[in-house]
Amino acid sequence: MLKNRVIPCLLLQNGGLVKTSKFSKPKYVGDPINAIRIFNDKEVDELLVLDIAATKENREPDYDLIEQFAGECFMPLAYGGGIRTADQVRRLFALGVEKVCLQSAVVDDPEIIRRLSEQFGSQSIIVSVDIKRNWRNRVQLHDFRAGGASKVVWTDFVRHAVELGAGEILFNAVHRDGTMSGMDVEAIRAASKLASVPLIAVGGARNLTDFRLAIDAGASAVSAGAFFVFHGPHRAVLITYPSYDELQGVLDDDEK
Amino acid sequence: MLPMDRCCLPGAVMITIIDYGAGNLRSVQNMLRHVGAEATIASTSAEIEKASKLILPGVGHFDFGMKNLASCGLLDVLHDKALNQQTPFLGICLGAQLLTRRSEEGDLPGLGWIAADTRRFDTSRLDDSLRVPHMGWAETEYQSENPFVQETGEKPRYYYVHSYHIVCDRQEDELCHATHGYRFTAGVQRDNIAGVQFHPEKSHRFGSAFLKKFVDLPC
Repeated sequence: MLKNRVIPCLLLQNGGLVKTSKFSKPKYVGDPINAIRIFNDKEVDELLVLDIAATKENREPDYDLIEQFAGECFMPLAYGGGIRTADQVRRLFALGVEKVCLQSAVVDDPEIIRRLSEQFGSQSIIVSVDIKRNWRNRVQLHDFRAGGASKVVWTDFVRHAVELGAGEILFNAVHRDGTMSGMDVEAIRAASKLASVPLIAVGGARNLTDFRLAIDAGASAVSAGAFFVFHGPHRAVLITYPSYDELQGVLDDDEK
Repeated sequence: MLPMDRCCLPGAVMITIIDYGAGNLRSVQNMLRHVGAEATIASTSAEIEKASKLILPGVGHFDFGMKNLASCGLLDVLHDKALNQQTPFLGICLGAQLLTRRSEEGDLPGLGWIAADTRRFDTSRLDDSLRVPHMGWAETEYQSENPFVQETGEKPRYYYVHSYHIVCDRQEDELCHATHGYRFTAGVQRDNIAGVQFHPEKSHRFGSAFLKKFVDLPC
């Protein structure tokens, strides 16, 4: 039985689906509704949709679009991007979203985690943690709005988020984003030791073995973008998702 | 088994999702539509009184759920529908836990329709790789005689998100079970009243098949 979730992570920008590389150079990969239908047909475990422009443009989530997503998703749907208030979260849940993913709002006011998890239950609150390795190969918290390292120590950020009531941590290795060069297993191992709640590892996956390594390092769930939308050496856009049997074969082969 | 003797006319079936401020009603409605059933969302006893089938969804704290049912003034009508009128009743997630007498999560009594309590996952019985809440998909095994899932080759798997699970007094009230570190009760059923810990509305074809069975039950 598959104990670990495998979650496609879709990035939205101006109503279209894009894929970034190390958080830049967004490449248009298609219509989001179409992609979500395909992922639904492929019976993915869960879906994560992040609007990467909402916070930067200081605007609200695109509720109309999200409502359409939720109507197509017969699996759990998590949404992140531009969320700052409990009213927005309530509205998103009313549309059929199961979980919200927060980052900038937490950086500005960590207490928002406590308020939201008390109101909606911590299982519905994901806190996104972006990390990046510097030139000395040290892991640093990445501030995507500033486009560089944050002053906050990443381990403190993770610990604090869990203490305040985060139900899950989305642990994103920016230096591996879109590279399909493997996941940062060492960082994942360190982060899962800190987090008593499920950790979703994302960034760099190129095959199922990478997922397996992340899970063995302590991740409860694994996520990927490029791996599910690009195909072949020229990165042609093709939406794929492994079958349940394939996933079970690689992820559960020596089940305890 | 559910009572078979009180069939109503096709077309007159009204499936009602109870809105008490604690749950993702829209997802349940979406999935019901997907299996060809239009459900109404209701928050008053007058509307609930008219229902031929009731669904109690729910996410959140046990006491919050019970408090909301009481403050919406729904306890009397729910008792009447479920116990006197024998209306088919399905609780989902917190909605299933509320069918029990009490929960370790809170202090308020539950609806008490199923002889069971709701307990927190015993983390001392889980190995380090297993977290609470239990969040994810789990294959789920049914008792051989049940109105929801027929014996087929493929074991159904459903999406779960919970830190608490139901413990029945009587094994015969258990509808199905799954495993997270240890075997736990994933669903209960007694006469017309059923409850499931998983989210059929978020469990692809397995969840839609389950809800279709509920829709097709005689009422």
